Amino acid sequence: MRHAEPLVSAPLPAASLLLRDVHALDPRTGHDARVDVRVSDGSIAEWAEPGTLEAFADEELIEGHGRLRLLPAFFDPHVHLRTPGQEHKEDLETGTRAAAAGGFCGVIAMPNTNPVLDSAPLLRSLRDAAAREARVPVGFLPAITRGLQGEQLSEMAELRQEGALGFSDDGKPVRSAGMLRKALQYQRLCGGVLALHEEDPTLSNGGAMHEGALSAALGIAGIPTIAESTMVARDAALAGYEDGRVHFQHLSCAASLDAVADAKQRGWRVSAEVSPHHLLLTDADVRGLDTRMKMHPPLTTEADRQALIAGLREGTIDCVATDHAPHARDEKEVPFEQAPMGTTGLETSFAALYAGLVLPGVLDLSVLVERMSAGAELFELPTPRLSTGETANLVLVDLDAEWIAGEHGWESRSENCCFTGRRMQGRVLLTLAAGAIAHRDRSLAVVGAR
Amino acid sequence: MKHLLSIEELDRDAIERIVAQAERFAEVSDREIKKVPALRGRMVLNLFYEASTRTRSSFELAAKRLSADVVNFAASGSSVEKGESLKDTVLTLSAHKPDAIVLRTPWVGASELVSKWCSAAIVNAGDGKHEHPTQALLDVYTLKRRLGAIDGASIWIVGDVAHSRVARSNILAFQRMGAKVTVVGPPTLIPRGIEDLGCEVRFTLDDLHTADVVYALRMQSERMNDTWVPSLREYAAWYQLNGRRLSPHQVLMHPGPVNRGVELSGEVVDSPQAVITAQVEAGVVVRMAVLYELLAGARQPERAETDVAAAVTEGQLA
Repeated sequence: MRHAEPLVSAPLPAASLLLRDVHALDPRTGHDARVDVRVSDGSIAEWAEPGTLEAFADEELIEGHGRLRLLPAFFDPHVHLRTPGQEHKEDLETGTRAAAAGGFCGVIAMPNTNPVLDSAPLLRSLRDAAAREARVPVGFLPAITRGLQGEQLSEMAELRQEGALGFSDDGKPVRSAGMLRKALQYQRLCGGVLALHEEDPTLSNGGAMHEGALSAALGIAGIPTIAESTMVARDAALAGYEDGRVHFQHLSCAASLDAVADAKQRGWRVSAEVSPHHLLLTDADVRGLDTRMKMHPPLTTEADRQALIAGLREGTIDCVATDHAPHARDEKEVPFEQAPMGTTGLETSFAALYAGLVLPGVLDLSVLVERMSAGAELFELPTPRLSTGETANLVLVDLDAEWIAGEHGWESRSENCCFTGRRMQGRVLLTLAAGAIAHRDRSLAVVGAR
Repeated sequence: MKHLLSIEELDRDAIERIVAQAERFAEVSDREIKKVPALRGRMVLNLFYEASTRTRSSFELAAKRLSADVVNFAASGSSVEKGESLKDTVLTLSAHKPDAIVLRTPWVGASELVSKWCSAAIVNAGDGKHEHPTQALLDVYTLKRRLGAIDGASIWIVGDVAHSRVARSNILAFQRMGAKVTVVGPPTLIPRGIEDLGCEVRFTLDDLHTADVVYALRMQSERMNDTWVPSLREYAAWYQLNGRRLSPHQVLMHPGPVNRGVELSGEVVDSPQAVITAQVEAGVVVRMAVLYELLAGARQPERAETDVAAAVTEGQLA
């Protein structure tokens, strides 16, 4: 089967610049030293001892003073760009601008749009739109089942030919085991990862937050962690039986990690992601009933959070994914139980995790960098890498820069970020995606521009 | 006190202050002309997003006895049904400059939200399954009158705790007043983690005789549709409070309306140990005390307490 190129973005001019005396860190290549890096025509062209390269006349010069970090750019396999149908929340341009500002060189958009992305004509039109509007490359996961209804497979083979990276019913589980089994069988024909939102709706039962002492005290219907973990276990077993490839989205609890670890040990082809908010917040943060703290799956306990951090560190969880879920202000400015699920996350993910996990010594920077770019490979895409000859997918970060989330507004069209008002550390100064400058921080001094 | 949003935010002193004020107002209710001018010229807006006759009219009566003007705004048949958001409704109604908004909604935390959107004093008359603070205050008032003191009393709250805002407010209020609270019900209707509020959890009525006070919750028949319990018949068989299970010295309470034959048998509803009508009566004076605390107390501190106390004792009538 021949496939279309899976990632699409608007044509931006290929970058030519010299990054002088930056501290390059790439856990995959083993780089962790001060260097000069020349990017010519969108590719990493030269790699030299710090302070040894001079900028050419047509190059921009950026001085790192040995302090600014050069990292492989991040990749987010789970975002909601709300297009088509909910452009008042986000569109391809604003969503990818937010991604670029967060240091991402690629994102994968979910299909719970209106109409649902479940047909080849719609995928074609979205890709056409992305080729005009997207600042960083976008891939798409069309629906596993038509209309996300869980009753009939979408035309997966045709969708794959048109560039689908895989499939997901995100926002909803594939409720029927029999239906997911058919999708796994059909995967042998068409390939593509099945990304699964795991939730047994008979257990989550309309709940709005994690089930525990706080939900009991507040009188809000709780979602027990078994709503997720039993489905992870079920679907891992289905994938094992059919030798299918599944990816578990936004895991939130220790019990789910046990199921994933068990599946991996058996050699089943499973992978998993975790969101920054599940790594940094707990249901205690829901106490004030701030609707930005309402997401699916819900924020869980401190013990679950610690298990997720350990899972990310040890590799049971393969990558970080933001589950960037924009909602308009008036949609979130309602009582907690009425509010839609979701938080934005693209612009805060690295800085929130750096401030919350790396600075306190909970997670190594190199592990964080690896997990923030690992999503690409899980979807059979090239991994962003700092080595000569590679297309420039890189991010320049000032790790010393402290800021408050939301203080300067957002690139995203929506502002429902759960980290709003919290201290962040680490500012993305420059993002190169697919060889082009996708984002440049206003504070970035352009020393040698001529 | 600016708002009454929950029992959780009240300490024992605040509860006792409101109860004491209610006791002063009780005397007014016994008069031929049941009105004092304490809140003359003030406006109380009843904003109800759920059907409620008794709570709404209790607040209405309380406000009128204090000589306040009352406007009732029910969500059905209004702009709310045309899709207006809670915030827009509140901002619109705020244009009438109410001094207090009495708010009932099916949503947890709605009163607190509304308190951030307007300058009126907010009284939570029920926010989803979270709290119903005036119910708890009137229950404390009723019980205090009946028992003299609540300290050390063993109070059992029986029934559908999971879906009950009355249960949550009363667990907190009774404990703050020094009682020991036990919740009892079928395990499907006792939320996991409720014991963190400090109450004991039981699933049978086996040791019911140890209770000084038995507080029955309303069992809503719609819970049957969601199969929380197998049948009302089985529920009644295990949890109904009746003459066989209750001993005459125990005080029986219920927030109303009663499902006779389900959570309570007919004969105990009518027995002298039941204080259900006293609770309704207490509702008005306690809500008078709450409105007085919020409007007269907070806004005119210099003349508040003495003024009305004087008005009451001197028989100064509106």
